[in-house]
This record gives sequence, C-alpha cells and structure tokens, in this order.
Amino acid sequence: MCLAIPGKILSSALENGIRVGRVQFGGITRQTCLDFVPEASVGDYVIVHVGFAISRVDRAEAERSYEALESMGLLKGELESDLEDS
Amino acid sequence: MKYLDEYRDSNIARGIVAELGRRATRPWVLMEICGGQTHTLMRYGIDELLPAGIELVHGPGCPVCVTSLETIDKAIEIALRPDVTLISYGDMLRVPGSRIDLFHVKANGGDVRVVYSPTEALKFARMNPSRKVVFFAVGFETTAPANAMAVWQAKREGLKNFSMLASHVLVPPAIRALLSSSRNRVQGFIGPGHVCTIMGYREYEDLIREFHVPIVVGGFEPLDLLEAILMLVTQLEEGRAVVENQYVRSVTYEGNPLAQKVLAEVFEVCDRKWRGIGGIPESGLNLRQEYAEFDADRIFGTEGVTADEPAECISAEVLQGLKKPTDCSAFGTRCTPENPLGAPMVSSEGACAAYYQYRRHGMVAAKDIH
Repeated sequence: MCLAIPGKILSSALENGIRVGRVQFGGITRQTCLDFVPEASVGDYVIVHVGFAISRVDRAEAERSYEALESMGLLKGELESDLEDS
Repeated sequence: MKYLDEYRDSNIARGIVAELGRRATRPWVLMEICGGQTHTLMRYGIDELLPAGIELVHGPGCPVCVTSLETIDKAIEIALRPDVTLISYGDMLRVPGSRIDLFHVKANGGDVRVVYSPTEALKFARMNPSRKVVFFAVGFETTAPANAMAVWQAKREGLKNFSMLASHVLVPPAIRALLSSSRNRVQGFIGPGHVCTIMGYREYEDLIREFHVPIVVGGFEPLDLLEAILMLVTQLEEGRAVVENQYVRSVTYEGNPLAQKVLAEVFEVCDRKWRGIGGIPESGLNLRQEYAEFDADRIFGTEGVTADEPAECISAEVLQGLKKPTDCSAFGTRCTPENPLGAPMVSSEGACAAYYQYRRHGMVAAKDIH
C-alpha cells in the first residue's frame, strides 16, 4: 500500500470542493484527488499514492515506472478495492 | 549477471556495477528504508550484483509491518461491533493480531472492507449514514496527507458517522532510533523517495549533523537504486556525509507544500510504538484535539488495549537490519505469506515476503546441494 503508481490524467472536475479526476493506470482507471498537484492538468502524468496524486512526472518516466511495477506484479494489490465501481 | 539483461538499459547498469567495483575499497553496510525499494532490490537481484563487501540490509519502511500489535487488536475489537464498517488497505486484513486477524473477522460476518484510497471510505460513510464507518489508517508520510484529507473533508462536511483509527509513523525518528542503537551496523541510508516527495529532505540534514551518516534519497527502479548505492559508496569512500537526491524526477528539497499543509492541519507529532521495535519518541502522527471527534480510539474506548508481541518471530531484528529474513528458522516453513507469523511476511513490501517471493527457491536449491 505504500507504493506510488504513475498514471495519466483523463479528466478533472470539482467534487465536494476537492479537485478530482479519473487517472488511467494501464487498463484500469481510478478516481484520484488532484489537490496536491495544482500544476497538473488533463493529459499530464502524475504519481499517485492511495488515490492522491503527489507529484507530476514526464510521460517517459511514467511509462518506465509503470512497466517496472507491472513486471514485479505489484499493481493488482495496490489498486484493489471492495468499493470502487470501475 | 543474468539479472542485468532484464534491465531497461543493461549497459548503464553494468557501468554502475563496474564503477562500484572500482570505488569500493572496503566493506560498507547500507540500508534502504522503504519496503518498495526492498522489493526492487530483491526482484532484480541487486544485492547479488554488488561488489563483495557491500551489504544491503532492509529497514523498517513497511507501514503494515510496523503497525503495533495492540493497534491491530484495536482494529479487530472495533470491527467486531455489529454497527461498525471497518475499512482499510488490503494488506492490513491478514496481519496477525494477538488472537485473530481482520480477515477472520470478515470471514465470520464482520463488515470489513478493502479500499485503495481513504476517499472511498469517506464516500461509503456519506452513502451509509446508519453505519459507523471507521477508516483504519496506517502509513508513513507518503500516506498520511491522504488520510488527513479524508478527516479534514469529513469535518468540513459535518459527517457524524466517519472516524479514523490512526497509526501513522515517521521515517526520520526511526532512522535516529536505529543510529542511536549500540547494535547499529548501518553506515549509509537510501532515503525513501515517495516519503521525500511529500516531505522534501530538509529534515534529513539534522540526522547527518547528529550522526555523520550519508543519506541518498532514491527512487524505485533498479537503476535508481544502483545509482543511489553508487552515490552512497562514493560519499563513504571520500569520508563525506551529506544528503543527496538521486530521485530528482519526483523529489524536491521542500517537498509538496500542499500535502504538508493538510498534514499539519489535521495531525500532530506523538510518541509511537512500532511493531518489533518498540516505542520511538515523536515518531508518529495522531489527530489533533480539533479533530478529536473523528478519533475512533476515543469513540470506541479502545485507548487502554495493550498486547505483548510473540517471541518466536525475529521481525524486530529484521526491521532493524540486524538479521536477514533467511536467518529465521521459521522462514518459508512455519512462516509463509499464507500463514504469516509476523507482519513482514504479510505485506508485499515486507522484507520477509520479498525474500519469500524471490529467494526461497534458491535456498531450497542450495540446501539440496548439501
């Protein structure tokens, strides 16, 4: 649970006063809080930890890190949820 | 060098390993703090690529592993209440408590659910006002801002059925405790890249002034870790001790100010008991008085719960870098990820689980030879 996964911001909107967006991780998307990365917008890549984007990274870096995590089999457990509906 | 072929750029990796061989003139003991880094080191066999004498030991940076037994027992006690929905991160369900684990509670009809984000717990509370929703929040500085945000939002919305059993831990006090121990062997640290993405690395300068030990903030890919190791060995060979940042792609000196702000708004520093290690002064975060109405420990009266840790598990020594998981007589036999004796075998970031995943076959083969 302490891993952080890079993903691409697909959308951004205000919800209950918080800036949230859908972020794509490979074939999975998850709702993600974008309040900690005001500099990031739709199309940008961010590093996401427990549903919160914590830094913006470039695309090449994001893709490399994602492949590394995927090759270690760490993604499934990290995005596991009983409540997420996507 | 079979592992090197799997690297994104194996030529760079070979170059770093060769450079390490040239620079290292004597043995050095290095520790990575973060469990995610432990996993990469094991997966890519980095420890086996290093020149003889450079030893990697694995630190206490797995939040699931260091959550105290009594905190697990508190979560179980709360989860057993019929009016409660207890929500946590997936790894927490199989961490052994004194008698049972949260998965056992769930299997026996308790309402225990897994989320990947605290905002999902908040959403569940909004949609289920008749349930007392308790978020079991563990984590280091990386996770604490997200958990803080959930409480901050709950207060702002006036949610009455949401609370948090918080057991956050901080990295710098843990490093201080390790370095203060008379048994310490660690001479340089790979700093945790995502903790420092949030916090920056200013506070690590105090540790260096105090202990004269180099710290290099590192990333999570194999090349990141090889580079961080080279930077540490270079400093040690030159007799220097400063903070350096290898993971510049994500980490700045100041960290993420917005995440730090919500952290400071909701939490305050407290003393914390670490599983396997014991009490470390000012090493945790608790809810501030202004957020006491969201403190599950207070709401459900579990403040007095205490527990003694079983002696059979050597996780204390593993988490302090004094022993390797494979030094344990129960490793891979009486202790496996399916039936863990201790928390480092539970979490995918735990050192024992990483060794189990990547090293147990080698161990069996080695035994067969003899």
